[in-house]
Amino acid sequence: MNKHLLSINDLSEDEAFEILNTASELAKISDGPMKKLPTLRGRTVVNLFFEDSTRTRISFESAAKRLSADVINFSAKGSSVSKGESLKDTAQTLQAMGADAVVIRHGASGAAQRLADSGWISASVINAGDGTHEHPTQALLDAYTIRSKFPEFSKSFKGLRVAIVGDILHSRVARSNVLLLTKLGATVTLVAPPTLIPVGVVDWNVKVSYDLDSVLKDIDVLMMLRVQSERMANSFFPSEREYSRGYGLDITRLNSLNSNAIVMHPGPMNRGFEISAESADSHKSVVLAQVSNGVLIRMAVLYQLLGGAALTGEVSV
Amino acid sequence: MEFTIANARLLDGSVVDVAIANGVISEIGNGLNVGKKVDATKNLMIPGLVDLHTHLREPGREDSETVATGSMAAAKGGFTAISAMANTFPVADTAGVVEQVYRLGQEAGFCDVFPIGAVTQGLAGKSLAELGAMANSKARVRIFSDDGKCVSDPLLMRRALEYVKTFNGIIAQHAQEPALTVDSQMNEGIVSSKLGLVGWPAVAEEAIIARDILLAEHVGSRLHICHLTTAGGVDLVRFAKARGINVTAEVTPHHLLLTDDLVSNYDPVFKVNPPLRTEKDVLALRKGLADGTIDIVGTDHAPHPNEDKDCEWQSAAFGMVGLETALSVVVKAMIDTKMMSWADLVDRMSIAPAKIAGYARHGQIIKVGAAANLTIIDTTANWVVDRNRLASKSKNTPFEGMQLPAKILHTFLNGKQVLKDGAIMNGGAIE
Amino acid sequence: MATVLDAGEIGRALKRIAHEIIEHNHGLENVVLLGIPTRGAFLGERIGAFLKEIQSPVPVGTLDITLHRDDLRMRPPRPLLPTLIPSGGIEGKHIVLVDDVLYSGRTIRAALDAIGEIGRPATVQLAVLVDRGHRQLPIRADYVGKNIPTAASESVKVSLEEIDGKDFVEIVAGA
Repeated sequence: MNKHLLSINDLSEDEAFEILNTASELAKISDGPMKKLPTLRGRTVVNLFFEDSTRTRISFESAAKRLSADVINFSAKGSSVSKGESLKDTAQTLQAMGADAVVIRHGASGAAQRLADSGWISASVINAGDGTHEHPTQALLDAYTIRSKFPEFSKSFKGLRVAIVGDILHSRVARSNVLLLTKLGATVTLVAPPTLIPVGVVDWNVKVSYDLDSVLKDIDVLMMLRVQSERMANSFFPSEREYSRGYGLDITRLNSLNSNAIVMHPGPMNRGFEISAESADSHKSVVLAQVSNGVLIRMAVLYQLLGGAALTGEVSV
Repeated sequence: MEFTIANARLLDGSVVDVAIANGVISEIGNGLNVGKKVDATKNLMIPGLVDLHTHLREPGREDSETVATGSMAAAKGGFTAISAMANTFPVADTAGVVEQVYRLGQEAGFCDVFPIGAVTQGLAGKSLAELGAMANSKARVRIFSDDGKCVSDPLLMRRALEYVKTFNGIIAQHAQEPALTVDSQMNEGIVSSKLGLVGWPAVAEEAIIARDILLAEHVGSRLHICHLTTAGGVDLVRFAKARGINVTAEVTPHHLLLTDDLVSNYDPVFKVNPPLRTEKDVLALRKGLADGTIDIVGTDHAPHPNEDKDCEWQSAAFGMVGLETALSVVVKAMIDTKMMSWADLVDRMSIAPAKIAGYARHGQIIKVGAAANLTIIDTTANWVVDRNRLASKSKNTPFEGMQLPAKILHTFLNGKQVLKDGAIMNGGAIE
Repeated sequence: MATVLDAGEIGRALKRIAHEIIEHNHGLENVVLLGIPTRGAFLGERIGAFLKEIQSPVPVGTLDITLHRDDLRMRPPRPLLPTLIPSGGIEGKHIVLVDDVLYSGRTIRAALDAIGEIGRPATVQLAVLVDRGHRQLPIRADYVGKNIPTAASESVKVSLEEIDGKDFVEIVAGA
């Protein structure tokens, strides 16, 4: 396996399933009898968060601690740190601290790759979200959640139908999920107003629809993405009301889903905007499971990267 | 200061000795023996290259480059004349600044430096700079450009085109519609969508080119399009020339060779404005340069210090150095691919730019009496680009580690040798 | 290559071990078998079947020790194998660990660590099909199918019908 996890492209189909399977085993032991495992004792994991994200940071921190790793949290809010200095100087400090893995969340697409390629650190780099590029562990925990609800897809996602709805253009969760779901064999449909679909989508192995209602009855998984209302200012959509009416998940749309279908959301949710409160809390929603599965997946990733002999440094593109 | 360059091959295939004295070619023949001998056996002699698009960074950003170091880089690249863009600090929008840059070039003595004047005051795009004053200054400015930024206000562009008719000047436009390129990072397309980087769509360049071509026609003035990068742009220039509009166009060496998939590693050495585009665009640009739709090659040499490239993509500066690799990259893209001959190359990189800009002593046919601005090239040698061996103060080359054809051996500036066996003559030229 | 146990001998050894477990624990009250995957788990099932046949059923589970190994850093990360602790748990129980070969003792040390994380059994006992010597830690088996002295340069290969198609144990040259 690759030394870094920067993108879903770093994983083969087998390696992705390996992570899901490892998480399944960890679920049995770590959630039950053995809360704490000695596997990463003596290893140091640094959470390098340039963007606020308490939820993801805590998830990674829990994961590392349950494996007995030492955790250092470094929070550098991008706006107050001058450009250029921020990433490089910080990285060199981490090297001095003896970090074995750096979990990085940054506002710039490609920041995780720059850190991995730079030669400033020798640690494994885990991308916890870089700009609008990717968020690989989110896609992995989403796949894990789907698998736990649909055991028939435990070895392959062929035949699974997923719709991803929302601001695809600016979403790293969308990019990682498209890559992973299609890699595992699922059929993916993106739904958004045309302004929020990237021009390069022709190269993605997905279908595109501007009409949410036409898609709902033929899917097993409905993944709602967060939409920022600030996008209105750049004319991506005329008003919150029009966006909600066209692309929001309300009770009517919820009820038109198949009885087995599930509703997902990476969080945080804008209740009442892209997803109604009742939809978020309905029995179809697996949002809470996504959060708890996050810790297991991150434990599995840390185990794969740090649990064995040191991995080679080739970065795939 | 006399030289005999012996056994040089000229473009017409003849092998001759060329004697230089008092800054001009004094004699051409065989068995000549004037002054110092320079052995050019098996090497090609061409008129010195002319670059109408260089950024010298002085005054203001001498940490990236100075007029002196930039001139040295030019000489190493076989250039005897370069035009220095106006986006310095302070901006070259007054006679004072352009005269300063001109004087610095003269003092350095490695190539002729011709300052370009800004079109608008402070490059702010709001009101015209004192174009007349700059034209009448010692720097005799004839080319004006806000390069780095676009003259986006159509009325201002019209006025600028009209105004320079006084002294047969040229407005050189950096075509980039600002409203369509807010926070743009790379070409908008398949790669940008994959990488999550804000796109710089081709239409933002083409829309301005289309507008300015029509303005130039309406006003009857000379328009020059800087660094063309799209297939659509080439089509527009072709259309304009067919209509008899007085437009000239330029392409950079890197846009003839590199494509946007190189950005996949987020290495900011590939971050440039206008951005690297697709294979389709590269092929269209090559065809355009080969058939003359694109008149010249301009390097857009843009030095940046390490701190401005050794960071995440969004924080990095736009630009690549190019003076020292220009000829070799054009050879690789155009001659090795059999799309152009050496004679075509000399036209695009020396004769045509000198003619457009009116640099009388450059881009001249090699004959007795012509100014001795000459470049001697080993057309058979290959070399590997090593950023640590560049003469430029900045090392942001996208060609690092690449093997390139054609090595520049000697450069002569107005009869003085400024480059000998690929090495700059320190402290100026040898007499 | 030499066969040291054939199918019949394996069956007899496991049956004898089952008798010894009953004897040593004065019955089967609170006895729990935990097999160490992969082959220890199959052996645990077999011993459990014998115990049921001879006396009464006991809870049988598996305990994967991968995450507790002390040699993780020496190889790429290994896949995790199934862990299934029977519903009665291990608190106050007599755990009998079951494995195929006892060699350095490190696997059993890891199993003891794993058990320690889960809870506090009354006793931990060890049943192995083969003890080949060369202990690197102070660990010993309570129930042994066969003692087979080996050279460090040899290895013991256990094949079981459940996974290898046939039952036999052989010594092969090479580690």
